[in-house]
Amino acid sequence: MDLSLFLQQLLNGISLGSLYALIAIGYTMVYGIIRLINFAHGDILMVSTYFAYFGISVYALPWWLSVVMAILLTALLGILIDLGAYRPVRHAPRISALITAIGVSFLLENLGLVVFGGRPKAFYRPDFLDKTYELGGVRVFSLSIWVPLVTALLLALVFLLLYRTRVGAAMRAVAKDMEMVQLMGIDVNRVISLTFAVGSALAAAGGIMWAMKYPQINPLMGIIPGLKAFVAAVIGGIGNIHGAVLGGLLLGITEILLVAFLPSLAGYRDAFAFILLILILLFRPTGLAGKDTIG
Amino acid sequence: MNKGDKLQHKIIYSVAVSVFFCICLPFLLPSLSLAGKPIRIGVYLPMTGPVAAFGQMEWAGIQAAHQMRPTVLGRQVELVLVDEKSDRIEAANAVSRLLKKEKIQAIIGSATSSNTMAGSALSEKAKIPMVSPTATLPLVTQNKKYVFRVCFIDSFQGEAAAMFAYRNLKARRVAVIVDRAQDYCVGLASYFKKAFTHLGGKIVSMAYCQTGDQDFSAQLTSIPASQSDLLYLPNYYAEDALIARQACELGLNIPILSADGAQAPELIKIGGKAVEGLYLLAHFAPEGAATPLAKEFMEFFKKTRHEETSGFHALGADAYFVLLDAIKRAGRTDGDAIRTALASTRGFGGVSGIIKIGPDGNAVKSAVILQVRGGQFKYLTIVKPW
Repeated sequence: MDLSLFLQQLLNGISLGSLYALIAIGYTMVYGIIRLINFAHGDILMVSTYFAYFGISVYALPWWLSVVMAILLTALLGILIDLGAYRPVRHAPRISALITAIGVSFLLENLGLVVFGGRPKAFYRPDFLDKTYELGGVRVFSLSIWVPLVTALLLALVFLLLYRTRVGAAMRAVAKDMEMVQLMGIDVNRVISLTFAVGSALAAAGGIMWAMKYPQINPLMGIIPGLKAFVAAVIGGIGNIHGAVLGGLLLGITEILLVAFLPSLAGYRDAFAFILLILILLFRPTGLAGKDTIG
Repeated sequence: MNKGDKLQHKIIYSVAVSVFFCICLPFLLPSLSLAGKPIRIGVYLPMTGPVAAFGQMEWAGIQAAHQMRPTVLGRQVELVLVDEKSDRIEAANAVSRLLKKEKIQAIIGSATSSNTMAGSALSEKAKIPMVSPTATLPLVTQNKKYVFRVCFIDSFQGEAAAMFAYRNLKARRVAVIVDRAQDYCVGLASYFKKAFTHLGGKIVSMAYCQTGDQDFSAQLTSIPASQSDLLYLPNYYAEDALIARQACELGLNIPILSADGAQAPELIKIGGKAVEGLYLLAHFAPEGAATPLAKEFMEFFKKTRHEETSGFHALGADAYFVLLDAIKRAGRTDGDAIRTALASTRGFGGVSGIIKIGPDGNAVKSAVILQVRGGQFKYLTIVKPW
């Protein structure tokens, strides 16, 4: 394999990995603050792409307006899910919340099948994202530049929110000790609602970027990105936000290089991601970036 | 009695009356229809999941065919649909439900080869005949006494595709990306490979993917180095559309040849400009339809569904018509009688052409070659079985 081919594959990997990273940020943030593995994250992502799809293709709104509305609506959906599903089991053992999350995931998937139908829909891609540049024998697709940029921007915003705002301070406090925070007169439920709103908005941003890159949406599309983001979050150390980005990039690049160098194993790339998950859990359960969690 | 009580009584009364009618309805209806118990035909198709487009199109075809011919042997035909969710295990569950709970006399399904095999294992044991509209893998009917199909098989399709690629497209070096999770895709790719190398061509790159994969950049990036002049994609529409798009993004500008699994509107909706010019083998093109039943069906379909008849509509309808014809000739509805009649189907003028069921339960039929032009499937030519 010559150099330009290798660079091309590396770029493919970064492009895919930054998408995983983008989705993993929201995943790991919610975990970091309320210690809940939100298995519905991938399905919230799916719903957000349908919100954007309806805005663009059905109501013929400008794409950027649809995207903003989809993100806001998804944030609202996150609050509602917390209100309806997670708040009632807030003080139950953690396993109940986990099972509830799986339930929410199935609910969203099947609701999606009933409401949106099982056949895939084509997702709109704005023209400026549909360009390709040639750089010294390597073809750079414009989305491959935009996705890492958006990931970096959102990562910065999440850090700003957590470490430079009062709400962020409350979120970190909740992460440290929920009971104590309650005694200090902070409305824990409000803080958690907000956490879900931000987490879901991040899922929406990730989902919409995903749908623009792979312009096909269906009610079960969130499962694999959700699982991959979970793997990425665990690789980076779940609860650790920059670890999630690291994990996402690492997962994307290794996946692409696996397919590139061992083409006959291409059918097993998902299996490979899960083997990686098992290995990490066996040998470094706190993840690569360690236990630098929120708080 | 105050107002609230009155209202409550009224509600209770109306609920009671409607419940009574609901209970009576099933007893009233059969006595209205002229003769006997209805004949129940089970249908299991992927209505949701990755290949939902096939299931939904075939179901539309079956329903329209049923509306056209709702009776046989003077009895009503009843269709019972179960969704197999594009999943093998669900397909087996669906057939087991049709056999045990729904008490059907025959089964139509399923759309894909893997899932038809998952279901037919059960129906074969129960000696209930099954007709698949579009399961094209040869293995589906091998050593099966009660399994039939109304479509061509992949050994024919692969050979036809190889000849078209070699003679018409003048391809000599072909790259293939094949979905390893589908028996259909793997089988078709190997038939194509065999026929194409036999003709003197070469398969220069063979890459794999899996149903539901979204990113094919790694597989596509290595193709230019192999200097291929054609990309063959024997997969289903969702994967093919995304592969075509990403091939465009990576600057791979070679013609694409695909197979019958790509003929869904989604290929064009998702693929957009990237699938423009794509060739594919298919079961049916309205331009090639010749039988009286085809004309009648296409007109009826347009009138009732406001849609042109596509390949999957036509084959769904044909599965129903062939089954109905067999029941009529059998004169009875037990599994063995229908099976014998199905096996002796000769020269039946179906929607997708003249159907003859061969010795192994396979239809012997011609294929058409289509090309995507101006966002539509356009008819190019017909390939007759040899």
